[in-house]
Amino acid sequence: MGRITLENVTKTFGDVTVIPPLNLTIEDGEFVVFVGPSGCGKSTLLRLIAGLEDVSGGQIRIDGEDATNLAPAKRKLAMVFQSYALYPHMTVRKNIAFPMKMAGIDQAEQDRRIEAAAKALNLTDYLERRPGQLSGGQRQRVAIGRAIVREPSAFLFDEPLSNLDAALRVGMRMEISELHKKLATTMVYVTHDQVEAMTMADKIVVLQAGVIEQVGSPLDLYRAPRNRFVAGFIGSPKMNFIEGAEAAKHDAQCIGIRPEHLTASASDGQWKGVVGVSEHLGSDTFLHVHDTGLAETMTVRVGGEFALHHGDTVYLTPEADKIHKFDAQGLRIE
Amino acid sequence: MATQHSRSAARIMIAPAVILLLGWMLVPLVMTLYFSFKKYLPLRGGDLGWVGFENYSRFVTSSSFWPSIATTLTLVVSVLVITVVLGVLLALLLDRPMWGQGIVRILVIAPFFVMPTVSALIWKNMFMDPINGLLAHLWRAFGAEPIQWMSQASMPSIIIIVSWQWLPFATLILLTAIQSLDGEQLEASEMDGAPPVKRFWYIILPHLSRAITVVVLIQTIFLLAVFAEIFVTTGGAFGTKTLSYLIFQRVLESQNVGLGSAGGVYAIILANIVAMFLMRIVGKNLD
Repeated sequence: MGRITLENVTKTFGDVTVIPPLNLTIEDGEFVVFVGPSGCGKSTLLRLIAGLEDVSGGQIRIDGEDATNLAPAKRKLAMVFQSYALYPHMTVRKNIAFPMKMAGIDQAEQDRRIEAAAKALNLTDYLERRPGQLSGGQRQRVAIGRAIVREPSAFLFDEPLSNLDAALRVGMRMEISELHKKLATTMVYVTHDQVEAMTMADKIVVLQAGVIEQVGSPLDLYRAPRNRFVAGFIGSPKMNFIEGAEAAKHDAQCIGIRPEHLTASASDGQWKGVVGVSEHLGSDTFLHVHDTGLAETMTVRVGGEFALHHGDTVYLTPEADKIHKFDAQGLRIE
Repeated sequence: MATQHSRSAARIMIAPAVILLLGWMLVPLVMTLYFSFKKYLPLRGGDLGWVGFENYSRFVTSSSFWPSIATTLTLVVSVLVITVVLGVLLALLLDRPMWGQGIVRILVIAPFFVMPTVSALIWKNMFMDPINGLLAHLWRAFGAEPIQWMSQASMPSIIIIVSWQWLPFATLILLTAIQSLDGEQLEASEMDGAPPVKRFWYIILPHLSRAITVVVLIQTIFLLAVFAEIFVTTGGAFGTKTLSYLIFQRVLESQNVGLGSAGGVYAIILANIVAMFLMRIVGKNLD
């Protein structure tokens, strides 16, 4: 079981309010991702749940029980840190065994759980090594192993992949998702990378300055962002925002259109512009179009092989039903 | 070619330092060895010729030799234990954020800047004096008979004085080591259910092992040669005669340079034995 409820949770450091009253429910077995720009309070929120920081107000409940003032160890949560926080003087086996040793679990059971975790995480050959002798990905797996063996009611991940290289990150992303399917335990995952959020989450919580901007499934957030911040944050490359006369045509202060919902043509279209930088990814090409008179640059996704070059004239046409409209406060207009 | 040139340039440039160090070490060592085989009594006839190993056998068979070795080792081991244990505790304390931290840290480091002679005199006259010392007043305040520190508890007195001098050094090194500990490791162990004492035992102490090694090795070098503290307090009486003090007495009080030099050679051997033991025990902590 691992149902975590935050009720009017606040956090202040001195005069600075990092998290104004915040309400959130994390259901049992859910994979929840906290995402937001750096300094938005997502890590603080995770540390509040973990008990590493004390809340300034409000209540945290885990499985219905008040855990607000409970010591971290008593909350039955396991955490994977950004730096992995392995104990450098202990072997992998001892690292994984440490939480069980502290809990006073008998040796035979410890060994059984270590073997099981090592097998699941491909660490069997490395059990007698020290963390210093392992690669980044292996260390990450040891940290996860140390979390698994406690059989916690929820896992907390604090930007666990940010120290890995791009290729490894994709691999670990899959492994963590796989692990979640297998264990079906609640996982709370903090990241600033919206790709990680989109690919892994059951539910994304978008945070800005300690305030929850929107909560929903990845596709909900993609299809119907509640405001301009979420619209700009979710999706890659970023959504194009157009203000002024063009927006007024749609009875909005601002309209947004994603690069993948624009079609580019050399001959005709709704908006005219000049091709600037084009980023070739092989499968796709992202064109940065200038001089449209709508916004400084418009980003367009076109096919991998596209015959326009720097300085060429291009015409853009949006898919009419994919235009997002926002009012003066930046809120979505349905 | 370039590497060969730079190599010879490096040799030339490092030569002055090497030559100076060699001279500094080799000249006294060779002179010590030279005198240790001679009967040399400066005020009673001067150089009286070669005597072979007579000085060496006289030095070991002297009734004060083995007690002096025991005293030396007692002093070194006691001071090491006291400074390391208290040093770790003090470092933990100083690592806590508190009001007036800067001043407290300077105060803690201060004893290290006091010369050994001065600090020993301060302890002897201001703290441990049986009539006017602070400790005597304290004892009397509780209605107890003041301790005659220098005579009744001579070894403990010297151990206290020397520990007081070296505690700041240990504290400082250990404090920097504690501050280099990754905070996430402590948080991870907290999440793993380790209470404070176990966090100290399983996380902080292993992290400190390397710093403790450094403290022990450096202090041993200096503690084997403790002299001023004994000279100005007990003058070697009441069982406080260490090997280095015994050598001093042989050379300057008995005016027997040959015998003292032989003692010096034994001191070198003792230092090497101690160093070997230390490297065996703690050296594995150093990569």
